[in-house]
Amino acid sequence: MDFAFLYDTLLTLLPGVPLTLKLAFSAVALGAVLALGLAMMRLSGLRALDWPARVYVFLFRSTPLLVQIFLIYYGLGQFREVRTSWLWPFLREPYWCAVLALTLNTAAYASEIFRGGLLAVPHGQVEAARAAGMSRGLLFRRIVLPVAIRQALPAYGSELILMIKATALASIITLMEVTGLAAKLIAETYRAIEVFIVAGSIYLVLNFVVTRLVLAAERRLTPHLRPAPVAILNDGGAA
Amino acid sequence: MTIAVALTGFVFGSLIGTLGAWAKIGGGALARGVADAYTTVLRGIPDLLVIYLFYFGSSAVLTPIGRFFGAEGFVSLPGFLAGALAIGVVSGAYFTEVFRGAYNTVSRGELEAATATGMTRLLRFRRIVVPLTLRFALPGLGNVWQQVLKESALISVTGLVEILRQSQIAAGSTRQPFTFFMAAAVLYLVISTASGWSLSRAEAHFTRGLRRA
Repeated sequence: MDFAFLYDTLLTLLPGVPLTLKLAFSAVALGAVLALGLAMMRLSGLRALDWPARVYVFLFRSTPLLVQIFLIYYGLGQFREVRTSWLWPFLREPYWCAVLALTLNTAAYASEIFRGGLLAVPHGQVEAARAAGMSRGLLFRRIVLPVAIRQALPAYGSELILMIKATALASIITLMEVTGLAAKLIAETYRAIEVFIVAGSIYLVLNFVVTRLVLAAERRLTPHLRPAPVAILNDGGAA
Repeated sequence: MTIAVALTGFVFGSLIGTLGAWAKIGGGALARGVADAYTTVLRGIPDLLVIYLFYFGSSAVLTPIGRFFGAEGFVSLPGFLAGALAIGVVSGAYFTEVFRGAYNTVSRGELEAATATGMTRLLRFRRIVVPLTLRFALPGLGNVWQQVLKESALISVTGLVEILRQSQIAAGSTRQPFTFFMAAAVLYLVISTASGWSLSRAEAHFTRGLRRA
């Protein structure tokens, strides 16, 4: 194997990592806010709020992300109203289109994850908080949200990994992130296998770090599920 | 074309998944290691990269072989085959996990009963393991199918004329990108809704013998 070429490839592809991360993080952060709103709409019990959220989730989950990206990047420019509006400087940029498409897409998936998490909050805990006289806002902030986040975290972790993988699609609308640079390099050198190995390893490392972070967060949020340290076990044995 | 490439990929994937699940459940340390590495790697890298690998990489492998047999110039896989293979290899990783999980829910008692009635391993596999595993795997298989369907849109980068590529061509020549990409989105919506509906019908059919909790 040609290690000099692998090393050169690595040096060519690494500058794409910041863009990949930037796309993934902005989409995940914005998407989480939108997803929380959607999940609340679904759980509001009001038809007028429930149905739009349902339709949104259905539409975005059953069409390919690439189609959504094309609709936003190429499609919106078809309308004169869009081209003359104040949004055009953003919608003309492939970067903002990619962020928008990824955000809208992840919001649909994440809202279902959040909804599951919110539904999994035990009734008893909500009732206990109400009995203790908490206001609705305090109840949500102190009881519902922390428990829901804890329940939703494992599923949300895999959504994060899916998002990092999804940023690869931004390369199709000319953004030069890791996959974009890899495709360019393949076209220049015709050495697809070596480039694939390097680009694949970069994504594996990124996803490995994300999985570790999610695991660490999960561990932090579920202290009650950890095995007790031996010292406490011995002390508590009498109690 | 979308359905053809997705179905071919789905079948490839289920074959790979069967092998992978078999390696993870019953294989030796080596087979299990290979299967573990395969599922970890394929679920951690973007599908688009795998498609590039198969589309561009296949020519790197096939051209020397073609030369050997006297072919001139460049030999490569056609877009359809490369795409279907790529989808198969990616979805195979998900299939592996679905099959493994489903196999683990088959109760030991049923397997022991089959052995006790004197079934050979092959007969037991065909009559007991496969039907039960498929029954439990059905919801997971539905997820994989929906994913494969949406992945097939990525094959348009190889130039294969499926739904998305066709709408790109139409959008380019009519200068009405929104109309045509919207039409593509609606087509995907129809296919996935229809297949989702038939999958839930199938699930109701195959689990009719199960008691509901």
